[in-house]
Amino acid sequence: MLIDSLRMAWRSLAANTARALLTMLGIIIGVAAVIALVSVGQAATQSVTAKVENLGSNMIVVVPNQAQGVTLHVADGNWLLATVPQISAVAPLLEGGVMSRYGTKTWSTTLLGTTPPSEQIQGRSMSAGRYLVGSDVQLRRQVAVLGATTEQNLFGGLNPIGRTIQVDGMPLIVVGVMNQSGGAGITSNPDDEIVTPVTVAEQILHTNNVAAFMTEARSSDLAPLAVGHLQAVMSRRFRSSTAAEVVSEDQVLKTLASLTGTLTVMLGGIAGISLLVGGIGIMNIMLVTVSERTREIGLRKAIGAKRSAVALQFLIESGILSLGGGAVGGALGYAGALTFTSALHWPSGTSLSTVLLALVFSVAVGVVFGMWPALRASRLDPIEALRQG
Amino acid sequence: MAAVIRVEALERVYRIGPVSVPALRGLDFAVPAGQMVAIMGPSGSGKSTLLNLLGCLDRPTAGRYFLAGDDVAHKSSDELAEVRNRRIGFVFQNYNLLPQLTAFENVELPLVYGRVGRAERHRRADEALAAVGLADRRRHHPMELSGGQQQRVGIARAIVGRPDVILADEPTGNLDSVSGNDVLQLFHALHEGGSTIVIVTHDEEVARHCQRIIRLHDGQLVRDDEAPARNLTATGEEAEPC
Repeated sequence: MLIDSLRMAWRSLAANTARALLTMLGIIIGVAAVIALVSVGQAATQSVTAKVENLGSNMIVVVPNQAQGVTLHVADGNWLLATVPQISAVAPLLEGGVMSRYGTKTWSTTLLGTTPPSEQIQGRSMSAGRYLVGSDVQLRRQVAVLGATTEQNLFGGLNPIGRTIQVDGMPLIVVGVMNQSGGAGITSNPDDEIVTPVTVAEQILHTNNVAAFMTEARSSDLAPLAVGHLQAVMSRRFRSSTAAEVVSEDQVLKTLASLTGTLTVMLGGIAGISLLVGGIGIMNIMLVTVSERTREIGLRKAIGAKRSAVALQFLIESGILSLGGGAVGGALGYAGALTFTSALHWPSGTSLSTVLLALVFSVAVGVVFGMWPALRASRLDPIEALRQG
Repeated sequence: MAAVIRVEALERVYRIGPVSVPALRGLDFAVPAGQMVAIMGPSGSGKSTLLNLLGCLDRPTAGRYFLAGDDVAHKSSDELAEVRNRRIGFVFQNYNLLPQLTAFENVELPLVYGRVGRAERHRRADEALAAVGLADRRRHHPMELSGGQQQRVGIARAIVGRPDVILADEPTGNLDSVSGNDVLQLFHALHEGGSTIVIVTHDEEVARHCQRIIRLHDGQLVRDDEAPARNLTATGEEAEPC
């Protein structure tokens, strides 16, 4: 019986393909939107979460409030290390936008002046050559360590070690290239930067004001305590509670992760509305179908179809519409999400549960919105129905 | 012979708002198995109402209706659906074939609702199509068939469930005289095979093919004539256009 109902429902839909496809379109768009948006949202969350996990979570950044005239210099690093017992390492950071050049290639990037401990604090690793060493800073060696993106853009496959680049006119010898950063660095894009000894950066950027100190808490348990202590010593020294902003990168990213999570739910909700609208489209068309096929319903009842059989037939029709729409929409949404996330080098956010949920939801939409038209069809009086047309 | 149809004091009153309109005012008659009966009457005489009651599409307001000995007057709508499926074969004036299905699938439909197994269903549908002379048209859709052929598919659908009675409502009403005659001949053949057939018509020519003519007027039985059915074989030219 079910197979026969399926076959008959299929025949009826096939008799009006254009209408069936247009009705499906509402569900296709709805499901595609839900899957694409939720997937992108999940990918964003995963990408942020991955950064949190890679970070080691012990980095704390101290940013002096330069607008209030609070300035710190490289030597203040030792002061922080001596005053705050919860931190085990400190590295200064001078930062500025620069134009780099190798041969005829130029590349606009960020210059980072720092000291060797920053390698460990930021959890960087080398793909070639070496990072900064203590003597680079003391002797003001004009050396540079490149982020992966910067290296690609300046050298494009050439081995850069030992070659000289110009950074705002100053020649620097490339001594190392860093791996792609799995986690977040101190700059907006940790793969596009040039790291140089802080003493050299002072000359290039024409300042000796430190933009920030990167410090490392002795353990993640001590990190909150360290944040408080750093805040306190800065406030005491500069007699202002807003002398410095002290944030653990961990906190920032966790906040960001919960934010993207909320965003995912919101996007999914908005996309869900379009799925709902698709469902109303199905109901609309099924009601039209039922009134157009009044005679057919009358005939089926006359030759012995029970109410349940008539209702089932129309429910299956709306079910096929919504399931078909769900399947096509699911594929489109998945492809869309994949294109988007791979373009951003994010992890693919589409989970099986998202796809299943959207499919189940789309069938539910078809059944729920098909219910009323189906019941209407099943309640038609066969005499009245046969008289029409 | 046992009566396939027996109605006793059958009444049907329509209520239109506060007004009661009696359509049938106490009918008594019986149709024995194997009879071919015409029900006639001017419009408004109640013949459509009677057809709906006999076809178990409607329930009487009062009185009793026995179909093959079974009291069907007060069954639920799903029970009536089953009675229609098992015991009644409908033939309609405008054929009522489903356009999206082939001739074969149209014929098979009552058996689908009767939950007959697939193999048995196919065998019987082929048999019914062969009986109406359309075995070679089984894959055709209704739109690809002539009116006469469509009505023959309709008749095949009516007989496929081996019903106790075939109810035909103006079966030749939409056909030219030649196809109309074909259809009447088909009814004769079925009658000769033992089927009980009730034809509702206003066409005297059609009625003359039947053994018996029941005439209604104002919801009452006014005449019940038994007459030997005419030999049909040469009537093609005589039949009046409908």
